[in-house]
Amino acid sequence: MRKLLWACVALIGASALGGIALNRGETINAMWIVVAAVCVYALGYRFYSAWIAARVLTVDDARATPAIRLNNGRDFVPTHRWIVFGHHFAAIAGPGPLIGPTLAAQFGFLPGTLWILVGAVLGGCVQDMTILFLSTRRDGRSLGQMARDELGPIGGYAAIVGTLVIMLILIAVLGLVVVNAMKHSPWATATVFATIPIAVLIGLYLRNIRPGRVLEASLIGLALLLLAVVGGGALNEHETLRTWFDLDGKPLAWFVIAYGFIAAVLPVWLLLAPRDYLSTFLKLGTVLLLAIAVVIMSPEIKMPAVTQFIDGTGPIFGGAIFPFVFITIACGAISGFHALVASGTTPKLIGTESDVRLIGYGSMVLESSVAIMAMIAATLLDPGVFFAINSSPGIVGASAEAAVSTISSWGFPVTVEQMDRLAQDMGESTLFARTGGAPSLAVGMASIFSSAFGSGMLAVWYHFAIMFEAVFILTTLDAGTRVGRFMLQDALGHVWKPLGRTSWYPSVLIASALVVAGWGYFLYIGVVDPNGGINILWPLFGIANQLLAGIALCVATGIIIKQGKLRYAWVTAAPLAWIALITTVATWEKVMSADPRVGFLAAAEQLATKLATGALPPEQAAVAPQLIFNQRLDAALALLLTAILWVVIADTARVSWRVARGLPVLPSSEAPAVPVHAQ
Amino acid sequence: MSFATLRLLPRTLWRFIRALSRDDAYSAYLAHHAATHPDTPPLSAREFYLREQERKWSGVSRCC
Repeated sequence: MRKLLWACVALIGASALGGIALNRGETINAMWIVVAAVCVYALGYRFYSAWIAARVLTVDDARATPAIRLNNGRDFVPTHRWIVFGHHFAAIAGPGPLIGPTLAAQFGFLPGTLWILVGAVLGGCVQDMTILFLSTRRDGRSLGQMARDELGPIGGYAAIVGTLVIMLILIAVLGLVVVNAMKHSPWATATVFATIPIAVLIGLYLRNIRPGRVLEASLIGLALLLLAVVGGGALNEHETLRTWFDLDGKPLAWFVIAYGFIAAVLPVWLLLAPRDYLSTFLKLGTVLLLAIAVVIMSPEIKMPAVTQFIDGTGPIFGGAIFPFVFITIACGAISGFHALVASGTTPKLIGTESDVRLIGYGSMVLESSVAIMAMIAATLLDPGVFFAINSSPGIVGASAEAAVSTISSWGFPVTVEQMDRLAQDMGESTLFARTGGAPSLAVGMASIFSSAFGSGMLAVWYHFAIMFEAVFILTTLDAGTRVGRFMLQDALGHVWKPLGRTSWYPSVLIASALVVAGWGYFLYIGVVDPNGGINILWPLFGIANQLLAGIALCVATGIIIKQGKLRYAWVTAAPLAWIALITTVATWEKVMSADPRVGFLAAAEQLATKLATGALPPEQAAVAPQLIFNQRLDAALALLLTAILWVVIADTARVSWRVARGLPVLPSSEAPAVPVHAQ
Repeated sequence: MSFATLRLLPRTLWRFIRALSRDDAYSAYLAHHAATHPDTPPLSAREFYLREQERKWSGVSRCC
């Protein structure tokens, strides 16, 4: 009976995928994608994760987990698996799976969707579950520690450098997304600004009025946030007030930079912690709402399955489908960053080893389905509208007329009137060139929500979606800056002892300023770049995130081989090989390509020539030297990241070779087995 | 599903929501403290909350 049921799931999934592949109509209903995704996830979870848990990891429920052995009532606490699932999902799910698919939609809905499904089931979920399990067996040690313990110091250092670089790039690109969403939008800007005093208010409530009563505080905060969305709309109607919040990219970038610094040095209870409670509630609520709305509305996907931009001429970012669809969608398919969370708080809460399936594999399945929803929200828009929102003026032309004629000439008809009407519906002055993914996602979400739950509220839904994205982007920004600060303080402590003390204020200020300067630089350059900056920063972020995934998969493969399970090593080695291939090819193209839209060096060269021949208008000539330097720096950074990955791969190969030859390697760092009943 | 479990459903759900949001962290700590160190006074709710936040935000606890 059971077998029959799963055979049905497989059959339905296969027919949904076949239906998508064979569809020759103008549009296709999103339910085909939803059904295909659900079936793929269900099969992956039921069979592949169970097989990995039983054969590759050999989970053993008779063995006491660190939560049981080291239970201290605080961080080590055996916790019900659905609750850990919720915590873990809230920790791994950020803005990444919403933005990546939106940008990758320029290739059409199919390439990104297939990569999200296949990448998650065979790569991302496997990585998350394996690292979670290995860390659980090692008392919740971090990825960096595991790399050092199992492979050697090289792997350990690589993990630390990789984490720091990814943090800086990630924060810069997310900051840029928020800036682009707020640029010349008084409603969005006022709402996002309002989230800060609201978070502080909730922080004070949680510390002074009713300490630790998270639920009631979050509900109050949520109500205030919704009020802020509506209030922003009222402010937008006011003649003078709206001009105060009608800001250019540069002042907004400085605001985000100042905010990041202040948030990193303030005590966590005041801003970071309450903001995180609010963003977690919003995140879970909105994801649930979006899923329900997609099913109720079952929208038609208007984007073609595959567009002509797979050849690398896409307006949102340059580069061909291989390897760039795999770099652009990191979170949602495979995200190395998850390995840091899976080797942090989560393993200390696991009560039974077999829970790693639900928590590691299952949470990533859910995250991946968020990416699928983002893809649906992006591709249900008219393709012409989608490209008009997401293309920067440097590509399609500065005026609205130029933009629509360029985009229409690609075969995606769109008119100025259509864009103006849409902007008016959304309560914005314009939706042209609102790059970064957030505005187009918000337009998509607003259309889904308003048609599923009643129309007429488009503008409110749009700004709700912008606020929702901004709130957890800012949380990632705070938390990331803080983690970067700790890592830097740790490193500086080796130079001069007092700098390593995390509570010494001068050290806190210096380290925070350095981290903020690091990402602030990339953010600022991204804002002044007439091509939009996302084009440069997002691929770098993708490469950095995949690098971290590569390191995590190296650690996992190394440990599996050391345990004498060479015949199962492909489970992590195959995704590792794929990651190594795509990051290497992507880096090669980003550095060496002669196309200035793809290659960093070619772009620098082109700009330098234009500057030398005086072909640039004065305002562009003023920033050109910075942009040229930045492109060269980006090339060096991409090379460094890929070099780190190959060093770790070589180190893993060295360890594996020694195992195969029977030579001594570092001993296993697994905690000794203690049976559950001995507790 | 028997009537008894159905009757307990709201309470189970409420417990689940409290645990999910960590709303119950302090009462869980008090219970653990009473069981393991009954001779020492436990932290106050505020002290516990502040220390937990400090611990939670000292590592990577949020992702992209």
